[in-house]
Amino acid sequence: MQYKIEVVDKPGIFDAVGQGVSRDIADLGINGVKDVKFIQVYILDGDLAQGQVTSICQELLIDKVAQDYKILPEGSLPAAKSSQHVVEVAYNPGVMDPVEASVLKGIKDLGIGGVGSVKTAKKYIISGKLSAAQLRTISDKLLYNKLIQHIVNPQITESGIKQLPAYNFNLVTVDLLNASDRRLLEISKRGQLFLNLNEMRQIRDYFRKLKRNPTDCELETVAQTWSEHCYHKTFRGNITYKEKSATPCLGNMAIKNLLKSTIMKVTRELDKSWCVSVFKDNAGVIKFDRKNNICFKVETHNHPSALEPFGGANTGIGGVIRDAMGTGLGAKPILNSDIFCFAPVDLPFSKVPSGALHPKRVMKGVVSGVRDYGNKMGIPTVNGAVLFHENFAGNPLVYCGTAGIIPKDKSFKQTNQGDLAVVVGGATGRDGIHGATFSSGELTHESETVSSGAVQIGNPIQEKKVLDTILQARDQNLYSAITDCGAGGLSSAIGEMGAELGARVYLDKVPLKYSGLSYMEIWISESQERMVLSVPPKNIDKLISVFANENVQATVIGEFTGTKRLELYYQDELVCDLDMQFLHEGIPQIAKQAEYIQVKHHEPKIARKKDYTGDLLKLLGHLDICSKEWVVRQYDHEVQGGSIIKPLVGIKNDGPSDASVTKPLFDSNKGIIISNGINFRFGFIDPYWMAAGCIDEALRQIISVGGALKEVAILDNFCWGNPDKPDRLGALVRAAFGCYDTAKAYGVPFISGKDSFYNEFSVRGKSTPIPGTLLISAISVMDDVNKAVSMYAKEPGNLIYVLGNTRDELGGSHYYDLHKSIGNQVPKVYPQESLALFTALSKASEKGLVKSIHDCSDGGLAVALAEMAFSGGLGMQVFLQEVPYVKSPGISNESILFSESNSRFVVEVEKARQKDFEKQLKGRPFGLVGCLTAKADFRVHGLDGKICVDADVSKLKEAWRAPLRW
Amino acid sequence: MLKNPKVCILRSAGTNCDQETAAAFSLAGGAPELLHINSLVSANRQLDDFHILALPGGFSYGDDVASGKIFANELRFKLAEALRKFIADGKLIIGICNGFQILVKSGFLPGSPARSKEELNQETSLILNDSAKFEARWVYLKPGGRCVWTKGLKKIIYLPVAHGEGKFVVQDKNVLNRLKKNNQIVFEYCDAQGQPGGYPVNPNGSLENIAGITDPTGRILGLMPHPERHLLPAHHPRKDQIKFKQEGDGLQIFKNGVKYVKENF
Repeated sequence: MQYKIEVVDKPGIFDAVGQGVSRDIADLGINGVKDVKFIQVYILDGDLAQGQVTSICQELLIDKVAQDYKILPEGSLPAAKSSQHVVEVAYNPGVMDPVEASVLKGIKDLGIGGVGSVKTAKKYIISGKLSAAQLRTISDKLLYNKLIQHIVNPQITESGIKQLPAYNFNLVTVDLLNASDRRLLEISKRGQLFLNLNEMRQIRDYFRKLKRNPTDCELETVAQTWSEHCYHKTFRGNITYKEKSATPCLGNMAIKNLLKSTIMKVTRELDKSWCVSVFKDNAGVIKFDRKNNICFKVETHNHPSALEPFGGANTGIGGVIRDAMGTGLGAKPILNSDIFCFAPVDLPFSKVPSGALHPKRVMKGVVSGVRDYGNKMGIPTVNGAVLFHENFAGNPLVYCGTAGIIPKDKSFKQTNQGDLAVVVGGATGRDGIHGATFSSGELTHESETVSSGAVQIGNPIQEKKVLDTILQARDQNLYSAITDCGAGGLSSAIGEMGAELGARVYLDKVPLKYSGLSYMEIWISESQERMVLSVPPKNIDKLISVFANENVQATVIGEFTGTKRLELYYQDELVCDLDMQFLHEGIPQIAKQAEYIQVKHHEPKIARKKDYTGDLLKLLGHLDICSKEWVVRQYDHEVQGGSIIKPLVGIKNDGPSDASVTKPLFDSNKGIIISNGINFRFGFIDPYWMAAGCIDEALRQIISVGGALKEVAILDNFCWGNPDKPDRLGALVRAAFGCYDTAKAYGVPFISGKDSFYNEFSVRGKSTPIPGTLLISAISVMDDVNKAVSMYAKEPGNLIYVLGNTRDELGGSHYYDLHKSIGNQVPKVYPQESLALFTALSKASEKGLVKSIHDCSDGGLAVALAEMAFSGGLGMQVFLQEVPYVKSPGISNESILFSESNSRFVVEVEKARQKDFEKQLKGRPFGLVGCLTAKADFRVHGLDGKICVDADVSKLKEAWRAPLRW
Repeated sequence: MLKNPKVCILRSAGTNCDQETAAAFSLAGGAPELLHINSLVSANRQLDDFHILALPGGFSYGDDVASGKIFANELRFKLAEALRKFIADGKLIIGICNGFQILVKSGFLPGSPARSKEELNQETSLILNDSAKFEARWVYLKPGGRCVWTKGLKKIIYLPVAHGEGKFVVQDKNVLNRLKKNNQIVFEYCDAQGQPGGYPVNPNGSLENIAGITDPTGRILGLMPHPERHLLPAHHPRKDQIKFKQEGDGLQIFKNGVKYVKENF
């Protein structure tokens, strides 16, 4: 028997959800809607007495104070008025409904048995005159995503929870032995294996030696392990690189392993003693204090977020949190960092590529997805950035990062022969099949139909339970190694853990969400919230009870054998038997061509003016620069009680912080600084200088909050186009060498990184790559958080300094972007000059000589000065003549105000500290450019002494706050 | 006088402010212990062993159905007797954020003097913010009412809120009148000068700016803001602009609880 229950707000209660939908409908340009009413629907399946249904409603499903309920008889049709439109959205069969488990538990707590399953749906009653087409637009664009949901047809009684068919074992083999080259490619394409001909031949030859065909499971396992996502073929392969007319000139090169030639080389050469574990584990690990280390990892989840923004971002953050949980013997996550790139949110619908979602919907979905998972995990989101460019329309970027703290003696893992393989956490379903290989190909307008299996929804509470219990099991020393189930699912987790020893897994022992999964689906499913442990047999009972005490499932699924083979069984049948060495080292060496030709962009000729106030206002409203408060407020940045420098600071707590400072331990004043550098605009001119600028930006933000360069580690995250195309790969090579030169010069090692390729969107054969984007994330230990510095102006009368040289470097600036140009004078990095400056400034803040520091980045000096002033609610007088700059013909009010030269800061100093501060900075480029005023005027005097910017700070602030104030 | 009041920090799936709440009680001189609700339900452990029960913030059971609802039902249907005794013994309860939602939805707040005899009944609620979204921000609060936990607080205190469902509503006018009459309203959202205001001074649209209430005994406190996130001067968002302080605004609340137990047990 099925019971459908509708829960609705009582009359007089403000329907916040309905009102929100009303606003979004108006945003679509549809104006006929008077009102939207939201109704939560529950569908219970089971044998229940009427009284039991009533008590489930009254005691569990409604809030007696604010809500009423209705039990709808089965098959009853809703009687909608003619001016009302009903849209009911339910999950597709097989999609995890995170609410189900909680409601089942709630019903059990009432002492009621007999409920088999619970489904939820959302119902919207839209009042107003709407055409059928408008209603469809509202549904498609706002209310549901067909990949995971459907609109319930009121004419058809849903059989509700469709029974999925049972699975009958049937071993599938793939005929490779006799396959021609053409056939091999066909097999790769049809199976979504994304393997090239060379790789397919290698697999065929392996099985020819064995004189048998592979099972589907074996072929899949190889494809997962050799995927770009898991193996990083581009970074590890051979590259023939050519370049023309670039400065600095790298020359033509034959590169063997780009990663080892650049990123990892920095770390090896610097050889810092405080680097504990680099490029080995799920995250990079550095020393925190005498007892603890910290780990840091940033991941991307771009393709899933393009298709289902909420679910994609949700599982993106869930995945990177598991990276921390799977580092060493398990770290406790202490903070998150999230960086997104979207197309402009005001993009006309006509410019949205076919098959892609509108960027505003993508952004809202992504932010909600991160909010949901991060907040529910109880991990503060302390740092981030959001950037915009039209070429992200089909392929947004979602970077999610997590740092964790881990006891020194729990920082390494070692699987031992005879250990049991235990899967912990969520059950396995059909979610995310082919995620790893899917992210190793380009998105197309058909991706949403072809790859819909790759979309998943997370269940953060499941993961929180796993985290709580894993830390207990860790502290009782119950397991010897741990890793997360990420891309590739069990296939990569077991494959990795058993790489040295070999492993045997009984796939029919893996707990399933529902029946009907084949052995192969079980093996490669990317169901979320699962970890794999290797457990000495003597600890197994104790381990299982630690998890069971908090309602977490832990199941032995196999063992680590010592046979150096990967053996999989399903109901006693051998379904996979691969040599671990072939699996991990058998991939043929890849050879790729790369070519970099420096593009000469149009150099804009913008007439010089007397008054740049209007340009500054426009820049403050540029989507990259404007306030992201709408995003930041939705993240809990205070949970865990360690927030010191918050993402929003200022007299009204709404100014833009440079980096975050977090105090992870209650009994220590030591802190962790997190910052990021990202600027794809510089890459349009030269990816080498983009990389240099990203590193510089991340480092100067560390300095801005009072940090020092002595123990800073960085991560690289490349999001790039198709690396099989020489121009894309050429740009990547230049960026990687920019990373090497700059990080080496600053003495900061990389400790971990990730790459995401094939970020292109093709519509009917025409492919648009995203702007090649590098994210540099930096992490540093701060000795005393009480010395942290914030960016907002503190006190009228205090002095304002500008530190670091400004150059005529308007190329790639936001100012040029306002004028629809890119230009060519890209900002460069001069480490000899800036390293000494960074050191001097960090000593000054260590000594307490500064009141505030703001990093000078997007929008240049004018934006940095304005942000400092309006965040403090104070006025500012500035004289450009006093700004340190490098003389050149291009130096003018315009280039000093808006050039985005690297390595610069705005600093506030009390008059009483002037002498000490200037002494500390002696020999470095700095200038006393003005002072703070109680009167809220922001006034800049140009090189000729005449006023070139003049505005009330509240006006500047309003321009900055308005664009994304949703 | 009792030396180390024992504090039960009760957690469940999705609780996530347990460790900082424990740290707050430690700093205040208490002896906190984290306890999973399963240990009480299975009777492995007894509530009786503790003097203070703290329900920390978080997303118990994912806020599924409604925030705090499923945890509240566990209290009502599995632990009601133990809790009634705990309250009757004159012990203390504090519910912060999700903990406040749990206390309200289980009917322990606002409660009535005759509680031991009657069914637990929900009379107030905390529902979706008027902004329809989760928001984290710092708010000013005006303490008032009659409550063990709020003694000696400054005229205005400053704490962060972080919630999606924090709008305080009542079943009917009588409930509100009773709260006022019994001095059960203990925190009101206000501006820096102590004046009421619209959004975001009142961050969620709560009735009469109510941010926290107590029961008629003054021993059970529920509040949406997070005092455990402002224990140190360094937690203050404008730490370098305020006059030197020994401690953050939230610590006194925990000290009050610990002191009360020390003096009365």
